Amino acid sequence: MIHSLFLINCSGDIFLEKHWKSVVSQSVCDYFFEAQEKAADVENVPPVISTPHHYLISIYQDKLFFVSVIQTEVPPLFVIEFLHRVADTFQDYFGECSEAAIKDNVVIVYELLEEMLDNGFPLATESNILKELIKPPTILRSVVNSITGSSNVGDTLPTGQLSNIPWRRAGVKYTNNEAYFDVVEEIDAIIDKSGSTVFAEIQGVIDACIKLSGMPDLSLSFMNPRLLDDVSFHPCIRFKRWESERVLSFIPPDGNFRLISYRVSSQNLVAIPVYVKHSISFKENSSCGRFDITIGPKQNMGKTIEGITVTVHMPKVVLNMNLTPTQGSYTFDPVTKVLTWDVGKITPQKLPSLKGLVNLQSGAPKPEENPSLNIQFKIQQLAISGLKVNRLDMYGEKYKPFKGVKYVTKAGKFQVRT
Amino acid sequence: MSSNSFAYTEQSGGGETAELGQEATSTISPSGAFGLFSSDLKKNEDLKQMLESNKDSAKLDAMKRIVGMIAKGKNASELFPAVVKNVASKNIEIKKLVYVYLVRYAEEQQDLALLSISTFQRALKDPNQLIRASALRVLSSIRVPIIVPIMMLAIKEASADLSPYVRKNAAHAIQKLYSLDPEQKEMLIEVIEKLLKDKSTLVAGSVVMAFEEVCPDRIDLIHKNYRKLCNLLVDVEEWGQVVIIHMLTRYARTQFVSPWKEDDGLEDNEKNFYESDDELKEKTEDRKKPYSMDPDHRLLIRNTKPLLQSRNAAVVMAVAQLYWHISPKSEAGIISKSLVRLLRSNREVQYIVLQNIATMSIQRKGMFEPYLKSFYVRSTDPTMIKTLKLEILTNLANEANISTLLREFQTYVKSQDKQFAAATIQTIGRCATNISEVTDTCLNGLVCLLSNRDEIVVAESVVVIKKLLQMQPVQHGEIIKHMAKLLDSITVPVARASILWLIGENCERVPKIAPDVLRKMAKSFTSEDDLVKLQILNLGAKLYLTNSKQTKLLTQYILNLGKYDQNYDIRDRTRFIRQLIVPNEKSGALSKYAKKIFLAQKPAPLLESPFKDRDHFQLGTLSHTLNIKASGYLELSNWPEVAPDPSVRNVEVIELAKEWTPTGKAKKENPAKKFYSESEEEEESSDSSSSDSEGGGSEEEEDSSEDSSEGSSSEEESESGDESEAENKRMATRNSKNKGKSDTEDGKKKNEKSKTSGSSDADSSSIESSSDSESESESEYESRKTTKEIGKQTKQDRNLLTKDVSLLDLDDFNPISTPVVLPTPALSPSLIADLEGLNLSTSSSVISVGTPVFVPGKTHVLLHRMSGKGLAANYFFPRQPCIFGDKMVSVQITLNNTSDRKIENIHIGEKKLPVGMQMHVFHPIDSLEPEGSITVSMGIDFCDSTQTASFQLCTKDDCFNVTIQPPIGELLLPVTMSEKDFKKEQGMLTGMNETSAVIIAAPQNFTPSMVLQKVVNVANVGVVPSGQDNIHRFAAKTVHSGSLMLVTVELKEGSTAQLIINTEKTVIGSVLLRELKPVLSQG
Repeated sequence: MIHSLFLINCSGDIFLEKHWKSVVSQSVCDYFFEAQEKAADVENVPPVISTPHHYLISIYQDKLFFVSVIQTEVPPLFVIEFLHRVADTFQDYFGECSEAAIKDNVVIVYELLEEMLDNGFPLATESNILKELIKPPTILRSVVNSITGSSNVGDTLPTGQLSNIPWRRAGVKYTNNEAYFDVVEEIDAIIDKSGSTVFAEIQGVIDACIKLSGMPDLSLSFMNPRLLDDVSFHPCIRFKRWESERVLSFIPPDGNFRLISYRVSSQNLVAIPVYVKHSISFKENSSCGRFDITIGPKQNMGKTIEGITVTVHMPKVVLNMNLTPTQGSYTFDPVTKVLTWDVGKITPQKLPSLKGLVNLQSGAPKPEENPSLNIQFKIQQLAISGLKVNRLDMYGEKYKPFKGVKYVTKAGKFQVRT
Repeated sequence: MSSNSFAYTEQSGGGETAELGQEATSTISPSGAFGLFSSDLKKNEDLKQMLESNKDSAKLDAMKRIVGMIAKGKNASELFPAVVKNVASKNIEIKKLVYVYLVRYAEEQQDLALLSISTFQRALKDPNQLIRASALRVLSSIRVPIIVPIMMLAIKEASADLSPYVRKNAAHAIQKLYSLDPEQKEMLIEVIEKLLKDKSTLVAGSVVMAFEEVCPDRIDLIHKNYRKLCNLLVDVEEWGQVVIIHMLTRYARTQFVSPWKEDDGLEDNEKNFYESDDELKEKTEDRKKPYSMDPDHRLLIRNTKPLLQSRNAAVVMAVAQLYWHISPKSEAGIISKSLVRLLRSNREVQYIVLQNIATMSIQRKGMFEPYLKSFYVRSTDPTMIKTLKLEILTNLANEANISTLLREFQTYVKSQDKQFAAATIQTIGRCATNISEVTDTCLNGLVCLLSNRDEIVVAESVVVIKKLLQMQPVQHGEIIKHMAKLLDSITVPVARASILWLIGENCERVPKIAPDVLRKMAKSFTSEDDLVKLQILNLGAKLYLTNSKQTKLLTQYILNLGKYDQNYDIRDRTRFIRQLIVPNEKSGALSKYAKKIFLAQKPAPLLESPFKDRDHFQLGTLSHTLNIKASGYLELSNWPEVAPDPSVRNVEVIELAKEWTPTGKAKKENPAKKFYSESEEEEESSDSSSSDSEGGGSEEEEDSSEDSSEGSSSEEESESGDESEAENKRMATRNSKNKGKSDTEDGKKKNEKSKTSGSSDADSSSIESSSDSESESESEYESRKTTKEIGKQTKQDRNLLTKDVSLLDLDDFNPISTPVVLPTPALSPSLIADLEGLNLSTSSSVISVGTPVFVPGKTHVLLHRMSGKGLAANYFFPRQPCIFGDKMVSVQITLNNTSDRKIENIHIGEKKLPVGMQMHVFHPIDSLEPEGSITVSMGIDFCDSTQTASFQLCTKDDCFNVTIQPPIGELLLPVTMSEKDFKKEQGMLTGMNETSAVIIAAPQNFTPSMVLQKVVNVANVGVVPSGQDNIHRFAAKTVHSGSLMLVTVELKEGSTAQLIINTEKTVIGSVLLRELKPVLSQG
């Protein structure tokens, strides 16, 4: 399936290559560079490129291109999903997925790639298994290794590999047994000029951090499970239990993982926690315009909205902006034309606003569309959909674990058209 | 050969220096000496030294540096001899790195690579399975043709290994060997055949991959393993799932007949118009044999469904394409939700998924219509995503939503991303041609865009307007005049050319302007683009023919300019036109027809989707994405006319089985058989899915046929069959000894078996527990046996009988999803209802179940805490389609413990259900803590009546009689349909089927939102978009029979309103009318 993999950085250097079948020359990447040039923007490089003898399927993550070489028909999503899994594994192992980290750990990277694919077909992709085969680098371990001469590579087959629960390793031991769940919900919305909602829905995930000894069998139930309109599961979840009882029952992997992601349907009304008053205007035949936005809380369920950032991609003819914020600070990058206003918290007594003048390129026609505002915010201790975890039970082990649930609501792709 | 001998000497040289180095305890000087000969090899010499050293740490360092070189793409092949020696290193990390090196360079240094083979051969016998596996991996990755026989032998041995991990690696090795030496195909197929029989989930994915690569046409190898693969699928690792699903899709297309009704097109709808329903029913029955799905086909569709919930986008897409290609069209709808979910993922996944949705949305609009807004474009999306979304929005556009869409498009047109703005204009053009109602609106909108400041936008608008005008040869003189004016300002060649063509084509409609335009163009002819020049020539020619008085000289002038143009196309065209239109003595017969040639009616261009022609590729494939047939693409065959013998999939192990297999499913015409065909076979597959654990379940049932609580638990068990099976395996792997496992299980099974009737001997029971497929065939046998016993009795009787016929699960006889289609003499009322439901759904393809508009939070008391001794129960209708069966209404019950002690074993006791009514009970709750609360769901098939379902809610100590009476509005499921369909359906449900009433109320109660809210509060109906403000329409179908229920509220003058309900189920209709009337009239 996957023939070779090339890692390419932003400036177009191929800094790592790995072949699972016979060697494919680096020159195959020229087709990719060609496409990249044509696309102008990195975001627009087509993920699938056809060349005379090969097909290139690439992903762009963390400022790196992962370009895989394919020779025969294969579902493209298969490759894309796998490449993302590779990037995530690097992230997991080295704390970041960057060129420097990969170059520093090139041997581990190679060992990982060797384990993850055999002849181009995925072999072991579960983080728990990989970590048993190849231990992640830590300072302590490298010191110990250099003294004792022991290695980073496991010499027995990970227990998970053979069982029906490949995601969990055996013999996990903790002194403090803890299970934490983060319910994170993001509001995706498009708000039109007049402030009415064109489209809104809630996308949520439950990320878990499980540090429990042995083989715990957990079941997590919700107060209102029918809120969840569409759910995708980590393979550990027993689907039938969910179907019949709406209970999440699973033997968890060890460590951090995403338990479920879900969508709360757009048919239910989505509460929009903030509103934006805006007036942006460019005068005809003049080199300046006015810019004025104010943010206020709307349906915030009595919680404070914090971490507000407003990002605006201004039209190309904007040269500079002279603004005064009543709160927070703003920056305008004259090259990318991106205005960023870091607002912080909303205090209802005094609503934050940002107003001032926009300098336009003289002579150029005025932009016909006002830019849309992308808003980020965060509300702690609130799941905007109202989802509530009812209880967490553990079976199969004797000890009493420490349990915790945290709720956060964030803005996802939250866009206000002006 | 010489190079090899050189390598050998070099290697031995290296060895000597190493020895020297060790003697001198210095590693620097010898490498220095080598440096004299070749300075750039110096570093590598240094590496060689390290590799020869005694210390593992030095070797490891060297290997790490070498791997670093390989990673960067630098050549490290000359180190081969030094590296290969370390292949037998004790240090596992060194060994692994040496493997990496070997695999990379063995192809280049074949002879030297042979030195390492013996090490691998030894390692293949290692007691550690990881070492065996990795030895096989490396051995098979060394692409050296000489060792093909050794590889073949190793693969054969490994395929019989005890460790499934090694067998998995053997499956991978098959592909490697095949690509190295295709001659081995026959031998490899044997190995594949053997590994396909493997029951380990670990192996399944890899061996199917090998199958796809080596012998995708040997579909016969799959037959016997088909059911096993379907059943194992959920437990296979995600990558394997993708491969298996794709393979099974191809398999299904060759083995089953099409589930798509041929006449779900227009033809059928027309029939409905002219014939009464009854006639039609007879007709359809006469005309075609009722289609019943092969149970294996159903098995595949059902077992893949849970995978739509996978976190892996590739798996979701694979299931989606499976549903698209092989499921009945009515069932494919469930994939849209999951696909829309994937749109939240990263841009690459979005790109592929959107492409596939684009193809799907062309053929079946309805699937994605409810998710229209999910395809709205954000300004931050990359352009490629934007254009794909636009494409889908265009496909989804219809009369009902076009106004919303056009408003949305207006925002897009102004986008700063001009490429996207241009694409939007094309989209508007396509909408205008597809939906005739809005053509004029669109045209006006596009004309407004002509005054846009951005040239690309204007140019694109011109091109689209040209196409639109060409399609509508109505008088659009004004627009043409407006465009003629634009010629002064616009510079984009395509747009200029389009305007000129348009003027030329309509030159008789704008007689004054056309010659003037030609005059201007003649002036600027030399500086125009080639494209424009050609159109100037055309314009000249057309004017010459229609208005030669004014334009003769101008045209001559232009023709002269064209004659000396640099471009030969233009010179050609000039010559051609001159000969054709200018009369001279040499002109032939053709010039008489010049006018006909130039001013012929031209066919309007078709504005269609670029995704139109992609549907011949299987969805989700590389070929589909690229729209080119990729190498190795396997065509999806068309459905066979007649299904190949389905008995090939039976796994015949026990002799008893043979008795029935030949008469089995193949013969549908057998009347007794026919009776049970659908639901029955349904059950068989459900049996097989639950496999091992099933046996236990049904026995429990028998033991306590009175105590239905246990019965219900066994039902539950069979529901979660796959899982408990998985659990068994989990346990087993902990025991790790395969044999031990099957032994103990056998024992268990035998014990259980011996308790039950002696219908099957101990032999067969042990076989059952040892293999899934066998157990399946056995249970099939069992159910078949009972069918014979029961003969031709009606369904109710069957239900009674089942209690006696111990081997069957009660569950078996509840038709879970598909209704029974069969002409039998004595039909019970519910069966007739089934029939009606089925026919209706075939006749109206427009109906699709939608999501509830509104879910009232109202709960009803099932058991008060006072009477329940502390146990309180409330129930509530979530208005979701029931997961337990199509005909059931889902009910959620919230149990509260208000006492101060634990309540244990809460379950459903004896059920007293009216005839035909069925109930799917919840899993018993072991214990409920004080103050605890738990929500469970149940399914009840009320048979479309408001009869109460009475049953006992039991705890460990007590039993309480409780009843559920459904409000009439909860017996419905909302349906989405367009206004047009609504009217059509309504037209068919008049007379007897219509009930109506007049309501009087204050006008403020008749605002649209009030009416909507009131109606959906009472009944679970879907809103039908309405063109008129004063008419509100709602559609639903009854849960059990699927009969349509159409509600119309027409607001009249004054404070009256007409409420009309059209439905076949007149009783329900009138009850609903009675319920709605007071609600709507009160304030």
